[in-house]
Amino acid sequence: MSLSRDDVSKVAALARLALSEDELEQMTRELSKIVGFVSLLAELDTSAIEPLAHPLGTTNVFREDVPAASLPVELAIATAPKQDGECFLVPAVLGD
Amino acid sequence: MPDTTDTAAPYQTIIGLEVHVQLLTKTKLFCSCENRFGAAPNTLTCPVCLGLPGSLPVMNREAFRLAVRAATALNCTIAEFTKWDRKNYFYPDLPKGYQISQFDLPFSEHGQLEAIDPKGAFPPRMVRILRVHLEEDAGKSMHDEAAGTGDSRIDLNRTGTPLLEIVSQPDLRSAAEARCWLNELRLLLVYLGVSDCNMQEGSLRVDANVNLHIPCDGGRVAKTPIVEIKNMNSFRSVERALTYEVARQYEEWQATGKELGSAPKQTRGWDDAAGITRGQRHKEESSDYRYFPEPDLVPVTLTADQIDEVRRGMPESPRALRQRLEETWQISAYDADVLVGQGRALVNYFETLARLVEDGKVASNWMQQDVLRTLNERGIAIADFPVAAEGLATVIGRVKKGDFDTSRGREIFAEMINSGRSADDVISEMGIAAVGDDELMTLCRELVEGNPKIVADVQGGKEQAAAGLIGQAKKKNPNVNPGKVRALCLEIIRGMS
Repeated sequence: MSLSRDDVSKVAALARLALSEDELEQMTRELSKIVGFVSLLAELDTSAIEPLAHPLGTTNVFREDVPAASLPVELAIATAPKQDGECFLVPAVLGD
Repeated sequence: MPDTTDTAAPYQTIIGLEVHVQLLTKTKLFCSCENRFGAAPNTLTCPVCLGLPGSLPVMNREAFRLAVRAATALNCTIAEFTKWDRKNYFYPDLPKGYQISQFDLPFSEHGQLEAIDPKGAFPPRMVRILRVHLEEDAGKSMHDEAAGTGDSRIDLNRTGTPLLEIVSQPDLRSAAEARCWLNELRLLLVYLGVSDCNMQEGSLRVDANVNLHIPCDGGRVAKTPIVEIKNMNSFRSVERALTYEVARQYEEWQATGKELGSAPKQTRGWDDAAGITRGQRHKEESSDYRYFPEPDLVPVTLTADQIDEVRRGMPESPRALRQRLEETWQISAYDADVLVGQGRALVNYFETLARLVEDGKVASNWMQQDVLRTLNERGIAIADFPVAAEGLATVIGRVKKGDFDTSRGREIFAEMINSGRSADDVISEMGIAAVGDDELMTLCRELVEGNPKIVADVQGGKEQAAAGLIGQAKKKNPNVNPGKVRALCLEIIRGMS
């Protein structure tokens, strides 16, 4: 199983990673190895196996609809790289 | 089913809607932060909804219950097994970098809801519902260009609010049908108590997918590229945006001939002030969201019995209620629509009134004229209306008995609303006493004797001259019933000749 450079470019773009030509080359090689390793699983015959939605056998874990205290705003935004005491500040979000 | 778009149009309009509604829970979907609109920014967050490392989501039981209730009312099949998935994308209002949503096993699918126009502008349109799923809302980003700081501000209070996504099949055939269907959907969800569907506060949001099917020579049908319209903040703007977009697509097709498949799906934003749609970023393909099962939440199962129980517990739908009001109280489809559109509490008031006065039409008229007008003027709900149905029924009963006429009755009712006093109190306070038959006969005799000219006119065939007698009667005793005075005076005059 090998990935093309285009596959890797696309994945990088979705992950918002700017890769140099060299890095793209390297990632294509390394990711292909990883995908190849994982694709060993495809050799197993799973036709008689029920799809697994979750590794734990449990279902129906709920909490009741009862409010609890939220964080104070200072704490909520404390670790933000940029904030104005009230909101998180991020580079301009436009056009949407 | 016939196409109900402009029948002269050389194309068929194809519309599908995607509606998001916030559920009326006390807390968010996966944490115990309050689900509340209007709080100061970032005061309703915690490590779970901020997506901080090590935090884990836990499903809100009430959110799931409301979701199943809504889907059941939309005639969906409820899944006995459902799970959640991560939808991955980067956006500043999505702190985790993924939204917990549902991908391949939504909790419900295959429903339907009919769009019915109460004025009958188009025949009822059954719209299939592809699926309804439960997901979390994102936060809010605000950009103040005037401030010129170059930064956008992010408020994460809304992050993690329970959101129902309702996706219709492309079964709507005009902008008017779309608006009507949305009205029905909103009313249904409000009646169920699952959402307040307040568009101003963003608890109901609509995106529309639209394209055209254009019959060409040789029986071929050209399909224009599908456009998704966003940023519509009222049902009226949904209708306007769709109307605009349909015309724009036809013009573009005439100019470029571009068809579905030759151009990617486009997202366009509705500019309400300009009255136009504008192109936005190209829609990412579904696979680009790299959905995978959410490992932090376990699946939810329901038994067939539990699903049945929800179905049995369904309240009367607005549609069933309209039909019942029409049949039980003999009111028009239009009147039933107006009453039902005001909410269940108002319908209950109406039905109490109609039972007491034993007349649906009269009750409906009083509801629509006097009660609704007061509610609108004061901006209050029926729960805060100062006069109970019993009080209004007393007034209507006295009008029907002939104690006073409708306009006098409305004055009394208005005074009851203003003062909060009972019908009997207001009636005696206003000096309104029923005029006895003997008293009325005496009064009419006097009037006839004192007005020979009117009598002569009436005898000469001008019955409308009797109006002069009614005016004088009201001056002498404001409580007389004008209809009775007229009938009695005419009777006396006829007896004279």
